[in-house]
Amino acid sequence: MNSSEGKLKSSSSELDLDRPNIEDYLPSGSSIQEPHGKLRLRDLLDISPALTEAAGAIVDDSFTRCFKSNPPEPWNWNVYLFPLWCCGVVFRYLILFPMRALILTIGWIIFLSCFIPVHFLLKGNDNLRKKMERALVELICSFFVASWTGVVKYHGPRPSMRPKQVFVANHTSMIDFIILEQMTAFAVIMQKHPGWVGLLQSTILESVGCIWFNRSEAKDREIVTRKLREHSQGADNNPLLIFPEGTCVNNQYSVMFKKGAFELGCTVCPIAIKYNKIFVDAFWNSRKQSFTMHLLQLMTSWAVVCDVWYLEPQNLRPGETPIEFAERIRDIISVRAGLKKVPWDGYLKYSRPSPKHRERKQQSFAESVLRGLELEEK
Amino acid sequence: MGNTSSMLTQYDIEEVQQHCNNAFSQQEIVSLYERFCQLDRNGGGFVSGEEFLSVPEFAVNPLSQRLLRMLDGLNFKEFVAFLSAFSPRATVQQKIEFIFKVYDSDGNGKVTFNDMLDVLHDLTGQFISEQQREVDLILEMPLFTDCKQVLTKVLEEAGYNKESLLVMSDFVKILGSSGLKMEVEVPVD
Repeated sequence: MNSSEGKLKSSSSELDLDRPNIEDYLPSGSSIQEPHGKLRLRDLLDISPALTEAAGAIVDDSFTRCFKSNPPEPWNWNVYLFPLWCCGVVFRYLILFPMRALILTIGWIIFLSCFIPVHFLLKGNDNLRKKMERALVELICSFFVASWTGVVKYHGPRPSMRPKQVFVANHTSMIDFIILEQMTAFAVIMQKHPGWVGLLQSTILESVGCIWFNRSEAKDREIVTRKLREHSQGADNNPLLIFPEGTCVNNQYSVMFKKGAFELGCTVCPIAIKYNKIFVDAFWNSRKQSFTMHLLQLMTSWAVVCDVWYLEPQNLRPGETPIEFAERIRDIISVRAGLKKVPWDGYLKYSRPSPKHRERKQQSFAESVLRGLELEEK
Repeated sequence: MGNTSSMLTQYDIEEVQQHCNNAFSQQEIVSLYERFCQLDRNGGGFVSGEEFLSVPEFAVNPLSQRLLRMLDGLNFKEFVAFLSAFSPRATVQQKIEFIFKVYDSDGNGKVTFNDMLDVLHDLTGQFISEQQREVDLILEMPLFTDCKQVLTKVLEEAGYNKESLLVMSDFVKILGSSGLKMEVEVPVD
């Protein structure tokens, strides 16, 4: 028996180095009908598996689920609970919120009155300036966290400042950065935002050493990879914090990690963050609200309660590709934070999936058709 | 959450249920409505092709373009009727009717050779090439490397030919006995 006698044009993506096999994640019964035995008309006409898959995707799909913000269950149903709830609202908006806004304002005043002098007066003395700026950034982050009554439980050993290590964490909102930053001054890689956030990014975050990227630019990726590598090699740069998902996910799922952080030749220290939904849903749905609205929502809720786990640092194992390494770390983080993994790239929020996936399905169907034909000739 | 103006009333639910011949329970229709609103991001009352394609699982399906032609511009009632073939309560006849409609792109009740060829092309992509013709040197027989030839051969074996126009009853005859599995579960919280 010769191997497939029909000539198959090989797939344009033979060695799919860019992502792990999606078929490992999707339910096994989802491939296109593979005819067994001799090929008959009904095998060709029966398109029900492909249709079922399409209808299944229309009815519910794992990608959209990652970005669904779940509104909290209302509990103010009856005469007894409703006034309680109203009191809660009044308390939160009229008492807590002003108090928190006040704390935040005080924090900013203290911060700016120290930061600006330090930044300009100590221009010559770089080491001391950097140290003080780091401490000040940690301070303002603590103020931010206090302004949402953040209750953060840190588990695991505090990250130490060593060269050739990067930190990766799952991403739910930009406040992830603030929560981690109040403990340790990290350098971070972020999407450049417009508005007041962008202003903060270009002034204050510069002092802890940040790298900017622009999702929409194609060439950007190479530049960013180079910058990442340079930063991670430098001994007195702040440790780099990377969110490999590339986008905010709703803290119940994790999307695929981009491999950029995992091919720098550094030790990777995973950090898992899990928010307690009872108090507030910390997921920042950037398609639905601006960051300002998101912060206001946090400041008018009871508290932001979360757990942060600093997990065991990992290295690339011999024979492991960066993709496999990324998946392994994603596994570690997802297990710790109770997240379900989905096989989709977070950037699919902004673009269409590549034709590779469809081609793979087509290829396997074509192969089975030709196999069915072969069986007749024997 | 949803940005459509109307909430579903009991009357609406019953109307939709009737329209789809009771293929879905009332709870399922409510879930489908939530899903419809989630997909219909601009709140236009129907889900556009772009909005369907933003679901990656749908976009990678080889038949997505064909289905989009059937789905485009459907309002919620029609959307549920479209999905009714996938309900576990749908009969085999209804499922075969749906498959027939997918093939019969011009809607004239007849499926031509070209219709079937088009679907086969969708499913196999470029992996069964049109141009190459190989000859097996040992058996000295032409090899089937071409969708047209594959389809012609298989049709002839089933008693049809290239000029045959298949109708619904032919489809029932061909597919009816094969234990068609075409069901989708609507998640109900």
